[in-house]
Amino acid sequence: MANEVEEEEMKRIVTETEKTFAKNFNIFDLPDVAPGLPPHLELQRTRVFCKNDAPIHTTSVSYSGAYNAVGENNSVKLESFSENFRVEVISTSPDGMELEFDMIGIDAAIANAFRRILLAEVPTMAIEKVFVANNTSIVQDEVLAHRMGLIPIVANPRIFEYLSENDQPNEKNTIVFKLHAKCAKGEVRRKVLTNELIWLPNGSELVKESGVSTSKPKTFTSFCRSQDSFPEFADNPIAPSYPDILIAKLGPGQEIELEAHAVKGIGKTHAKWSPVATAWYRMLPEVILQKEFEGEQAQKLVRACPAKVFDIEDMGNGRKRTKVARPRDCTLCRECLREEFGEPKPKAKGEDKSKREWIDNVALRRVKNHFIFKIESTGSLPPDVLFTEAVKILEDKCERVIADLS
Amino acid sequence: MEHGSFTNEREGTFTLAEEDHTLANAVRFMLNQDPRVTLAGYSIPHPSLECVNIRVQTTGDPAREVLKDACQELMIMNRHVRSVFDKAVAEFKAEQEQKKQREIDSMDIETH
Ligand code: SF4
Repeated sequence: MANEVEEEEMKRIVTETEKTFAKNFNIFDLPDVAPGLPPHLELQRTRVFCKNDAPIHTTSVSYSGAYNAVGENNSVKLESFSENFRVEVISTSPDGMELEFDMIGIDAAIANAFRRILLAEVPTMAIEKVFVANNTSIVQDEVLAHRMGLIPIVANPRIFEYLSENDQPNEKNTIVFKLHAKCAKGEVRRKVLTNELIWLPNGSELVKESGVSTSKPKTFTSFCRSQDSFPEFADNPIAPSYPDILIAKLGPGQEIELEAHAVKGIGKTHAKWSPVATAWYRMLPEVILQKEFEGEQAQKLVRACPAKVFDIEDMGNGRKRTKVARPRDCTLCRECLREEFGEPKPKAKGEDKSKREWIDNVALRRVKNHFIFKIESTGSLPPDVLFTEAVKILEDKCERVIADLS
Repeated sequence: MEHGSFTNEREGTFTLAEEDHTLANAVRFMLNQDPRVTLAGYSIPHPSLECVNIRVQTTGDPAREVLKDACQELMIMNRHVRSVFDKAVAEFKAEQEQKKQREIDSMDIETH
């Protein structure tokens, strides 16, 4: 009975307009609810916090519905990605083989895919087979062969094909080098450098001993035409990327005579095919002073930083304060978070509260979607080409998956 | 590649042969960005096996289609990255050229 009465009352109280209002009610439509994530969540989403013991909030929040409860959509729409994604080239080295650039507005999952592909999946040419005709040096054949393999070679790998097991080595998949170095008796010990490697555009010169003597002696490769005639190599002959890499040292009376065959491969198979010395990124550092550091304290903070991130700024009438001048140089050594820096050891009891302040007022953060990317090429291709190749390889991978799924 | 489940379209495990963290992690990210996905993850069953398993569970759409869309989006994203990167590099090179030219010009002025 009591229930019925209550229901009756309810019906009377809730009018039709109220019902529609309740149905359409959304707290985020209220004028004084700020749009977007609350500032502390936004900070956790976009920054890594580097505390003096360990960094926190290091993962990126990738789930699209992560902030549904506060009415925010976390998914990156393609349009907004296209709008916000930026690349800024910072510098190249004088020889053009190093490249530093900023990649802004991309997630670590994808930036890391580029990096991994650069290291392990962009093909290059490297010496795979070494035919030793004579080696009386103290470097054993297998060690010598390994050293030869690691020599970076300037040859556009896109022109070449992979040499599969059943293939004959020919001008489209093999590069042949010859090395003949000798140290005559009575001479002083000498070095064998990569500039003594001679490219053989017509293929192997070593004659296979098997078989009866036919009209043409058989060698270890079967080139149809000279690689000289390739337009790409006509005026820049294939050679090691640096002429002064040490291969071996020869004592008086020692000699090395060999032929080396380079083929196409990827870094996943062996690191010698990796096109980069290294490719790495770091997130953009962000250093924020949450209070003003003045006078003596300002000096101390400037001195504390080994990367010279801070400068002293004049505020007029003799007052000076610290300013963050070069946050990009921050190495995250966390020296500026050490309380005892430059201070006498704190007394066991009655510890100075002001020292604690130092730690709490410098905020070290990293911007999660801003990558400072650096590529150091070994010389086979310029770093910008390597990066585009890497992106293309990721594209191909996607394409393959799509094809498999359809 | 194989489809792990035939009973329920909404969820599935996909085995990608000859792939590793490189693709799997990027695809997982793209999947997680899709509001239709309730769960997405990947694992490598054994370090000496060259394959990854990608698990997709959705709110209703076929998992296969959602995975395909994720790859598609990743591909479009890559294309965009490539075009933006190429443009940035070209701009940088042009700027560098200009700087060099200006230096040569100023040197000329000094010698005259
Ligand atoms: S972490 Fe190290 S490099 Fe960075 S601002 Fe602090 S002291 Fe300087």
